[in-house]
Amino acid sequence: MKPPPFEYHLARSVPEAVGLLSRLHNAKVLAGGQSLMAMLNLRYVHPDHLIDINRIPELDRIEIRDGVLRIGAMVRQRRIETSAEVRRSAPILCEALQHVGHRQTRNRGTLGGSLCHLDPSAELPALALLYGATVHVAGPSRSRAIAMADFMDSYMTASIASDELVTAVDFPIWDERHGHGFCEFARRRGDFAIAAAGCLMERGPDGGIGRIALAVAGVEAVPVRLAEAEAMLRHQAGSEDVFAAAAEQCRSLKAIGDVHGSAEYRKKVASAMVRRSLASAWERSARGRGR
Amino acid sequence: MTPHSVRVTVNGRVYERTIPPRLTLADFLRHELGLTGTHLGCEHGVCGACTVLVDGTSARSCLMLAVQANGAEIRTVEGLKAPDGSLHPIQEAFRQNHGLQCGYCTPGMLMTLVEFLGENPKPTADEVRDAISGNLCRCTGYQRIVDAALDAASRLGSRES
Amino acid sequence: MGVMGTSVLRLEDPALLTGTGRFIDDVPASGALHVAFLRSPEAHALIRRIDTTAARALAGVHAVLTLEDLVPVMTRRAMMGGSRSSKLPDNVIPTALADKEVCFVGQPVALVVAESRYVAEDAVALVEVDYEPLPVVADCRAAMEADSPRVQRGAKSNVLASYNVSYGDVEAAFRDAKHVFGDAFWQHRGGGHSIECRGIFVDCRGPDGLTVWASTQKPHELFQVLADLLDLDENRLRVVTPDVGGGFGPKLIVYPEDVAVAASAKLLGVPLKWIEDRREHFLGAVQERDQYWSMEIAVDADAHILGLRGGLLHDLGAYAYQDVNLPYNSATSVAGPYIVPACSMDVAIAQSNKVPVSSVRGAGYPQPAFAMERLMDRVAAELGLDRAEVRRRNIIPTEKMPYEKPLKARSGAPIVYDSGDYPACQAEVLAAAGWEDFPKRQATARAEGRYIGIGLANAVKGTGRGPFESGMVRITPSGRISIYTGAMAMGQGLRTALAQICADEFGVRAEDVTVVAGDTAMIPLGFGGFASRQLVTAGTSVHLSSKAVAAKARKLASDILKVAEDDLELADGEVRVIAAKQLVLDAKKPRSIGLGDLARVLRGAGGSAFPDGLEPGLEASLYWRSDSLAYANACHVVEVEVDVDTGGVRLIRYVAIQDSGRLINPVIVDGQVHGGIAHGIGNALFEWMGYDDAAQPITTTFADYLLPTATELPAFETLYKESPSPLNPLGVKGAGEVGTIPVTAAIMSAVENALTPFKVRIAQTPISPEQLLELIEKGRS
Repeated sequence: MKPPPFEYHLARSVPEAVGLLSRLHNAKVLAGGQSLMAMLNLRYVHPDHLIDINRIPELDRIEIRDGVLRIGAMVRQRRIETSAEVRRSAPILCEALQHVGHRQTRNRGTLGGSLCHLDPSAELPALALLYGATVHVAGPSRSRAIAMADFMDSYMTASIASDELVTAVDFPIWDERHGHGFCEFARRRGDFAIAAAGCLMERGPDGGIGRIALAVAGVEAVPVRLAEAEAMLRHQAGSEDVFAAAAEQCRSLKAIGDVHGSAEYRKKVASAMVRRSLASAWERSARGRGR
Repeated sequence: MTPHSVRVTVNGRVYERTIPPRLTLADFLRHELGLTGTHLGCEHGVCGACTVLVDGTSARSCLMLAVQANGAEIRTVEGLKAPDGSLHPIQEAFRQNHGLQCGYCTPGMLMTLVEFLGENPKPTADEVRDAISGNLCRCTGYQRIVDAALDAASRLGSRES
Repeated sequence: MGVMGTSVLRLEDPALLTGTGRFIDDVPASGALHVAFLRSPEAHALIRRIDTTAARALAGVHAVLTLEDLVPVMTRRAMMGGSRSSKLPDNVIPTALADKEVCFVGQPVALVVAESRYVAEDAVALVEVDYEPLPVVADCRAAMEADSPRVQRGAKSNVLASYNVSYGDVEAAFRDAKHVFGDAFWQHRGGGHSIECRGIFVDCRGPDGLTVWASTQKPHELFQVLADLLDLDENRLRVVTPDVGGGFGPKLIVYPEDVAVAASAKLLGVPLKWIEDRREHFLGAVQERDQYWSMEIAVDADAHILGLRGGLLHDLGAYAYQDVNLPYNSATSVAGPYIVPACSMDVAIAQSNKVPVSSVRGAGYPQPAFAMERLMDRVAAELGLDRAEVRRRNIIPTEKMPYEKPLKARSGAPIVYDSGDYPACQAEVLAAAGWEDFPKRQATARAEGRYIGIGLANAVKGTGRGPFESGMVRITPSGRISIYTGAMAMGQGLRTALAQICADEFGVRAEDVTVVAGDTAMIPLGFGGFASRQLVTAGTSVHLSSKAVAAKARKLASDILKVAEDDLELADGEVRVIAAKQLVLDAKKPRSIGLGDLARVLRGAGGSAFPDGLEPGLEASLYWRSDSLAYANACHVVEVEVDVDTGGVRLIRYVAIQDSGRLINPVIVDGQVHGGIAHGIGNALFEWMGYDDAAQPITTTFADYLLPTATELPAFETLYKESPSPLNPLGVKGAGEVGTIPVTAAIMSAVENALTPFKVRIAQTPISPEQLLELIEKGRS
């Protein structure tokens, strides 16, 4: 299984990459390559041009400023997983990343690549949605900042034009006392999730659930926020029954199935993952540090 | 397809070649450089037999283009043994613990463990299993690979001290 | 004190560890061109037209060939049909490339020869083929229907064979039974998926004929097939196995691709290399796939088995690449280690429009073990007995060994379990696994809302299949001791084990013995590696040949040193006077002579007298003949935990006892047991080769077809019993497959045990978490 022929271009800057994308027809961006190279080897795609963005320094930064964790599009998943800054400010990312592929794929795979590939089971898009992250996109004439919810167009299709490039993702940081929970069920370690649930939770002044965000991957065509469940959970005291009631929202998800799990099954698993991630976030938020 | 020139350091030796861009790093190492120790088991990034170290971190060489390795330092299984030919402690540990049978997945296992033990010098068995979860073996059932890795950890530990 | 029985370090390892092994794609092949196959995208179709114009025009392409191009260099259009004695009908024997009709997705239709594999694949995409789709038979059960479309157009039937195997008075057994329980099982086993795929390199350069390097388990078989099909002078053909990155069964077949590449090389006069990629392995390598079982067991009031009856339907696939042995293996070994006085098994073998089915590690033996062990669990559940107790009451007692089975072999010869202590094995492993205490632990876990279970299963496997394996031993004037064998190495430590056997006859270390395996030029007769046979067959031949060479050396040394043979010993590469006798020897007399010097004498030195009464050459080639099997056995106990929200199964603990007779290298055997168990776990919980209703394969990558990784497998606790086989002088038995056979049954036994509150009954393998969750939910309601 060898790749079909293509021309290779190495971009050294964002303008150069965008310029190449504008100029060249049937071009694909080569980021971490963990999805694209497999597709090329299997000849599922036949680009005429590959634009390698692995040597653009400005895409490779992690910085925290004004309550926002900004991660560059080309930051390797492994670097996010092991970053002290990320662990301090958004620990759910570190925890979830341990489920993403294997160490070899995380060494090369990137945040931007995962978001653009938008696999329905992928953890990073679900977490970006969980955070209400903002995706920064550079184009030939302008840059834009898109809410993650709008960045996801449809099944494995991001709202990004063929001459645009994701440059960074902003995660608004939660209070340091927030609790997080991330639970996933997959057939094997590192496999695509059958269903995964991520939860961020802060206690209110009454000790109940104050602020909450809840997202599920692996069920619908794109990751989904469980808005109804979030509304139901606010101001409630956490308990098994409360979490089970919230997880009921999974029944009405518009699930799609594949060889690894039918639609119905994915909803059931999602329900269990939601319950468990809620319990985890609740417990951690009590301890006062979301670690 | 326009050929590209690359300059790569592999196991400490510099190579310069002009190659087609679609040549994978794995095929470049194996056929351009004759370093056939790195093996291909799936060519879609799951089995890990092709694992090498690129600038110190493990990577699936079937999922990289050789042109992407321009300027990089690659380490393959051939670069593990000492200049005098003696086995690297990890290789010795595999030998002593029967950590290989057909040997086809072994180079990928070794390179993954070189990276892992460098980061985690005193791992538990579960941590080893997690580290090699991206390397498939069809012969051993992994048990003796885990034993070998734990043995390697202690050999490396005592080598340092 | 010898090296047999000790875990010497493997001779194979230094090269493999340093990346200097030589697998098929590593064999130097400068000047060779590369082959890629065009494979059928249709499960069943006529080929109306093949247009290779565009493909041939691509730069770097040397040729694009179809069957018609190859036929002129072949002695017949079709492949060989199994063994000469086989009665396979013509329509199930494939051609090297498709002959106007394709019958499974992945069937080779044409091949491209190009300067690189990359270019060859480019050209494959340019070959235009007009397919006229034909009705597809996607399920072997549907294939059995009288009005089913034919898997091959024009064939009279989709049913290759149907027969019955039986003994005893089955009718009476069921009539007189106190209880009769029945069940139906779906059993599915996927592919071998050695991490190295198949490959062949046909080197026709030079004046000396063809050298074929192949990642094959049967080099002598490949040799004969190529000689016959391509009309090759057997003196100008050589088949060599390089290092083989796992075999597990699929590499024992001579494939259409092998013949197509060799024929193309003969036609074009160019060395050709084909290295299979993983997708091709999914599409074109054999797999075991589906068997549908229906069984009934008749027992008396005390759970003693009175009889078994039932049948199995075996999916053959579109063609038979060799004699169809798997369903016969399955039907004839249902009784396993138990006393079954009467048994009747109906076997039906049906084709389907899928890739052909043949042996994957276990080769049709795991399926009957699963059926039998599930029935034993059923008896236990229905009669309220402990599952181990039901087995105890029926297992062949120690004192009945050797045990002649009621079932005879096809030749009429008796089938005898030669040695083994099945009750003791079961008792030992149960004790090690804490079987008796488990109910307490289970109750505690349930109180915490956790569902854990324990299961067990037994297995028996005939090993050492004959009629022989070659094992020649030769000592050369340099003193080098070499073994030449038709056995081949695929990771199982064959070289080390054979070297150990030989070394002991000469008092040397294993690493002092060179093993040349799997090369038809070095030894003309052999069978190769399959069915857990090589240690018994090649090991015994090597043992006897070594003994003969040692005896010859001793005799010649006795003549030369003028010392009685009884006063000589072989050690450290020489024959020398034993210590006790050295004292009484004349000081000027030599006390020893090197093996190399003895070899030099037997080579004949011009001018000197050749020793009387001895044949030239310090060598011996004894083909040990055997027509019976040495039976290995195993008992496995596994603990699992089931997540009742997801259906996920976690293996907590795995304890296995195995008896493979005398162990030549205990650590190597242990590795085989681990590996065998891993295959079984794959078959129980992970490996499903999926096809849709149009017989399109839907799991064609390692992302979709799940092999267990290090995080899914538990640590293995292994115990051994050594019941030497009386059938061979070493007392050895095979080890490679018996570790696979009981696994699926043991795991399902444990999962059912974990889920007794939900009254789950499992009648399939593999089972996915989704399927298990369905059973759990049915039990909840």
